[in-house]
Amino acid sequence: MKREEIISQVNSLLAEEFEIEESEFAPDANLKETLNLDSINLVDLIALVQTTYKITIPVEDLKKIQTFGNLYDYIESHLPA
Amino acid sequence: MGIWSCIGTTLDEVRQSLFEGRSGIVFSQERKDAGFRSPICGNVPHPDLKKILSRNVRQMMPEEAQYAYVATVQALEQAKLSQDYIDSHEVGVIYGNDSVAESTMVAMDKFRAAGSTAACGSGAIFQSMNSTVTMNLATLFHLKGINLTASAACASGSQSLGLAFLLIKNGLQDCVICGGAEENNMYGIASFDALQTFSTRIDDPTKASRPFDRDRDGLVPSGGAATLVIESYEHAVKRGAPILAEILGWGFSGNGDHISTPNVEGPARSLLRCLESSGVNPHDIGYVNAHATSTPIGDSREAEAIAQVFGDYRVPVTSTKSLTGHEMWMAGASEIIYSMLMMKNDFIAGSLNFENPDEVTQCINVIPETRQQHFDMFLSNSFGFGGTNSTLIIKNL
Repeated sequence: MKREEIISQVNSLLAEEFEIEESEFAPDANLKETLNLDSINLVDLIALVQTTYKITIPVEDLKKIQTFGNLYDYIESHLPA
Repeated sequence: MGIWSCIGTTLDEVRQSLFEGRSGIVFSQERKDAGFRSPICGNVPHPDLKKILSRNVRQMMPEEAQYAYVATVQALEQAKLSQDYIDSHEVGVIYGNDSVAESTMVAMDKFRAAGSTAACGSGAIFQSMNSTVTMNLATLFHLKGINLTASAACASGSQSLGLAFLLIKNGLQDCVICGGAEENNMYGIASFDALQTFSTRIDDPTKASRPFDRDRDGLVPSGGAATLVIESYEHAVKRGAPILAEILGWGFSGNGDHISTPNVEGPARSLLRCLESSGVNPHDIGYVNAHATSTPIGDSREAEAIAQVFGDYRVPVTSTKSLTGHEMWMAGASEIIYSMLMMKNDFIAGSLNFENPDEVTQCINVIPETRQQHFDMFLSNSFGFGGTNSTLIIKNL
């Protein structure tokens, strides 16, 4: 899966799940702030990545995913070969 | 009072349906295709909360909590109970609910499909606890008093009002939001359909629910939510609330018998305890809203209990389940609202489809067609699996 495809798919899924316009997404934008996520709703981001890409994000890794760009990077680097 | 049901989603709509004998029962192709023996049910619309509540809030709300929310918004408005008032006073919530089947199933399906609990998402735990309705209402409306779910099968809604009545009577609470909610999806009652106690009048859904009628062949499931604001008289007067009626008393009992087949003695004790705690005699009651669900045995046993308690006095009896189907955890609360609408508008809604009594049900005075009638006091029965019985007496004000 190419990076452009990942970005496009992730943005589309996030927009639908969290009911936020894709136009508000940017690689450097803060994920939690943009998607209105608190500590509980953050679990839905983990669930989305789990069900779509079969990637489990451990809590310690979650702390490193601050921006949309971090999320694209994480998915790209953990996708099964 | 606030209501979201298969016979209306406003008090006015519901009053009109009751008066005109308009049934809310329909055939469900979805249930037939899924393998239901009885694919008929109440037709309850889904409230559209997308523009009212944020995604993160809705994530915690299963169908039954959504129904309860819209019913509660109506009830608070009618009771003139503003959010500002609630924020500065201790208002409680006791609500009847006894299943969270669909939300539990959806979460477990996600878990099993993914092989990971992470797939359940954030809302699953809050949606799949029986107390989901009270936890959602309490957080949405910032309620700081009693926060309790009454799970008593088909008497849950009635028990919620009874418990609130006791707390208020004993000075422990001034104001409690009460009610009952019932999920109306097919998963909530698939296992109930398996018991073969639902009506199979599939070709004529509006004729299927026929409480006390000789040819009744089972109940019809339905759902939705009903909310009532209960408060002490002094509290209501002090805040200038529109006072509709007074709960005179609550009666309850257990059958201590079979898990699904009711007896006569248990319900009769509930009625007698209610009359005693209300300090009234049977002749004071102008109308009985029966629990009668349209099952052969249940209706007979209730008819016998009513006849036993009321003796020679042939009190008018109807079952609004003839129009709504069985709203189960919601029924004890919604049927108080149905009866209130009748009492406030001087009519008794006819028991739809009551055409002929049988040998047992002829012992009570079932009103088959709507009639104009003034009454100032009614009694409402709710009985449930496990032999749980609850009776309320309400007086007009």
